[in-house]
Amino acid sequence: MAYELIETIEVGAGGAASIEFTSIPQDGVDLVCLVSGRATSSSAGGIEVRLSGDTSSNYLQRNLLGTGSGVSSTGGTDTAFQLATNPSTYTSNTFGNMSFYVCNYTSSATKSIKVDLVSENNAAAGFQRLISGHWNNTAAVTALKIFKPGDNLAQYSTASLYKIY
Amino acid sequence: MTDTPVKVIVDLSKPKGERESIIPLTDEEIAERDAQAVQAEAERVEQEAIEAQKAADAQAGRDALVTLGLTEAQINALLGA
Repeated sequence: MAYELIETIEVGAGGAASIEFTSIPQDGVDLVCLVSGRATSSSAGGIEVRLSGDTSSNYLQRNLLGTGSGVSSTGGTDTAFQLATNPSTYTSNTFGNMSFYVCNYTSSATKSIKVDLVSENNAAAGFQRLISGHWNNTAAVTALKIFKPGDNLAQYSTASLYKIY
Repeated sequence: MTDTPVKVIVDLSKPKGERESIIPLTDEEIAERDAQAVQAEAERVEQEAIEAQKAADAQAGRDALVTLGLTEAQINALLGA
């Protein structure tokens, strides 16, 4: 098993509403996207990941959460995977980190997803999540979109896409 | 006047160095994004209210147990705190 970097993208000045990888090569087994992100607003909502342009309610996830002051678990179904990154209120120049893993991304079966992420903040408030997910779609993953609804990814946010074979 | 928000499209069918395009959002995408921002703020407010209510309920429950005569240690043991 080996990781092969497909592409790394860094958001430029002014930020960006989304990063979208398209025409993902179909010669790997698993797919991994590593994101270092920060939002430009203070809104609590996190970043989201959408696969192959699918806007249906095909994204199922179960979360284990830590907030810095407690722990909890949540879950549900949505139109994208619900993740998280640093809001603008967190310590300046800090970025949240996330690993988004798709198993058998070219297969004609529905896909298992694994995510782990942490925020970075020099304060008590900081979050961590472990997510087991399921993309209830049998299509191959040909595109991956990272976005924060109603907000921008800040300059210097990065996304790196790897295939594993 | 504010800058039009952009999206970064990375077309992996192209050679390295030619893949990245910075594309302004369409009016439709901007409208959708504005609606999402309103929804996100509403969800944030709702979530804060839920958390505040949970904390208030937890404290009210503790207070009720104290009124019944339980000690702090007994309450903690009972609640697994």
